[in-house]
Amino acid sequence: MAKFIVAALVENKFGVLARVSGLFSARGYNIDSLAVGETESSNVSRMTIVVDADEKIFEQIKKQLNKLIDVISVHDLTASKCVDRELILIKVKAEKIEIREKIVQIVDSTGAEIVDIGKKTVTVEETGDEHKIKALVELLRPYGILEIIRTGKIAIQSG
Amino acid sequence: MSKINGAEILIRCLQEEGVKHIFGYPGGSVIPLSDKLFNYKSPEFHLTRHEQGAIHAADGYARVTGEVGVCIATSGPGATNLVTGIATANMDSIPIVAITGQVKSTLIGNDAFQEADMVGITRPITKHNYLVKDVKELAKVIKEAFHIARSGRPGPVLIDLPVDVQLHETEYEYPKSVDIKGYKPTYKGHVGQIKRALKAIEKAKKPIIYAGGGVILSEASKELTVFARKSNIPVTTTLMGLGSFPEDDSLSLGMLGMHGTAYANHAVQSSDLIIAIGSRFDDRVTGRLDDFAPSAVVVHIDIDPASVSKNIQVDIPIIGDAKLILKELNKAVKKGKFPEWHKTIKNWKKELPLTYKDDNKLRPQYVVEQICALTKELDPIICTEVGQNQMWAAQHFTYTKPRTWISSGGLGTMGYGFPAAIGAQIGKPDALVFDIAGDGSIQMNIQELATAVTEKLPVKIVILNNGYLGMVRQWQELFYDKRYAWTVLADDMKCKCPDFVKLAESYGAKGIRIRKKADVSKAIKAAIKETGPVIMDFIIEREENVFPMVPAGKPINQMLHGLS
Repeated sequence: MAKFIVAALVENKFGVLARVSGLFSARGYNIDSLAVGETESSNVSRMTIVVDADEKIFEQIKKQLNKLIDVISVHDLTASKCVDRELILIKVKAEKIEIREKIVQIVDSTGAEIVDIGKKTVTVEETGDEHKIKALVELLRPYGILEIIRTGKIAIQSG
Repeated sequence: MSKINGAEILIRCLQEEGVKHIFGYPGGSVIPLSDKLFNYKSPEFHLTRHEQGAIHAADGYARVTGEVGVCIATSGPGATNLVTGIATANMDSIPIVAITGQVKSTLIGNDAFQEADMVGITRPITKHNYLVKDVKELAKVIKEAFHIARSGRPGPVLIDLPVDVQLHETEYEYPKSVDIKGYKPTYKGHVGQIKRALKAIEKAKKPIIYAGGGVILSEASKELTVFARKSNIPVTTTLMGLGSFPEDDSLSLGMLGMHGTAYANHAVQSSDLIIAIGSRFDDRVTGRLDDFAPSAVVVHIDIDPASVSKNIQVDIPIIGDAKLILKELNKAVKKGKFPEWHKTIKNWKKELPLTYKDDNKLRPQYVVEQICALTKELDPIICTEVGQNQMWAAQHFTYTKPRTWISSGGLGTMGYGFPAAIGAQIGKPDALVFDIAGDGSIQMNIQELATAVTEKLPVKIVILNNGYLGMVRQWQELFYDKRYAWTVLADDMKCKCPDFVKLAESYGAKGIRIRKKADVSKAIKAAIKETGPVIMDFIIEREENVFPMVPAGKPINQMLHGLS
């Protein structure tokens, strides 16, 4: 099993997300993440789907996606050079001043941002590729992560 | 331009699409539609006695005519009663447009009376589906629906039409063309791939053609026959492919797979080249996947890219329409010989023929053989139910023409055959139509006897009556220690429950009971002469099995033969 990224351009109509997610559940494919949003043309949406599959199943996933009438085109971004990004919000336990200072240091050195400070917590936002996000999570983990929210990956072909 | 309402638009669109027959059942959410349709002679509405009957009839109609079958049902239970039929058509790639009424568009999502989310329910079992909320969209949706249903790999399309949209008025114009960005099927085969296939044929010593329902759907039987005869390559067909190649041709190996002929299965397993045409390597065909045709190079001609390399790794895929690709192949394929290969096959045919114990008892295989023998010049259409009856009908009848074998292959729907036979008879009014059934499956849509009688459709129902759900009983006998858990429909054959002769008569149809082998041909001849529907209740040898049989999970050359 490995991670594959596929982008599907779809008609921006109601029910299309259900068709795509239904396809995955009906055929037993695993979705790691799915991000969907409008593209430069308002009648087309783009779904970026990260799947956990083997090569053969991934081939089927692409073909089955293509078979859906509302799917306009399917792009395999696994092999091609692409820029991928994900946004993450991490709520960290931070009651003591010295801990808050340490979190600020981590945030400064990684290029992340503090977006909310509560009495007992600090919320950090980071945008980046998988490595960058993973590294930040690991740096913050010792302080006690209370909540993580991720958008799922979006990707665009480079060049 | 004057305005007309949604119901009227729908009817005009159906006329534009050349629809002559609609199968259906009325209900609250389709009253405006029925009311408009009441004004027209064409399309003609055929009232079935259950919505499932309507969709199977539309399916049978589509299979014999090659046209799109159309059915109508009301919202909620009417619509959900179509589900089995939609899934049946989807698995066998049959073009159908199913129109369902829906509650008022303003009530959708409110759990209104007779509301069901049909677009949601049928999403995984249709090729595509629509909910029309705006009457201005209706004509375009219908145009698209017919285009999608009949083009590419055909399939069922559902249109869910709220009752208020049927009444809303708008200006009507039927779109001249369709342009769906995400739907452009490939028809022409890739030239390079065709060349590679031809080279593989030249290299092969033990080639075999494995033809499926796609050959029939693309009307490619003639091209397939030319191809096989020119290349001198033997042909086996799937259950769905019966009739795509004449079984009386010496190149024919009959059907392959779980209940295929021994020689077809041995030939496939020993082959060094498989040319799959419009078939999809279904598990009933391949048996144990790892052991399937271990030394074969696989060429796969199919219009659906998703069918390629789904189960079996394909070496030379050719995506496109079977008819067009076969035409290209026929231009260039060289005359083949394969003398050794044909000799081996001939030996298998001699040593392992398709046979049964032909004694004095009334055996189902004999009944099917007699139907075949007595209708040779009559070009009959054979519809079937599902189970042993279906397999005996597949094995012991010689199919020579496409669209003469009508059976639920992929989904295996009991209760399919009789309503499909009704649709077939309406599609081909002059044809001799049989439904070969079991006593179990015929009861699943027996209410359609009323449809057949009132419409004076001379469908011949052949019940191979053994008082069992025979196919499951066969598995229980062979693999479950003869524990016949709920497969016994009648304790002995004296108990008539139901009495099919009386049942036929109660509907105003003809009923004949046959208990002796000697009476079989007389009964069939009498039934053929009847101008209305007939039930022939053949009381067959109860525990007759279907052989050969490949047990589940075994390679297809490891068959049980039953006779030794």
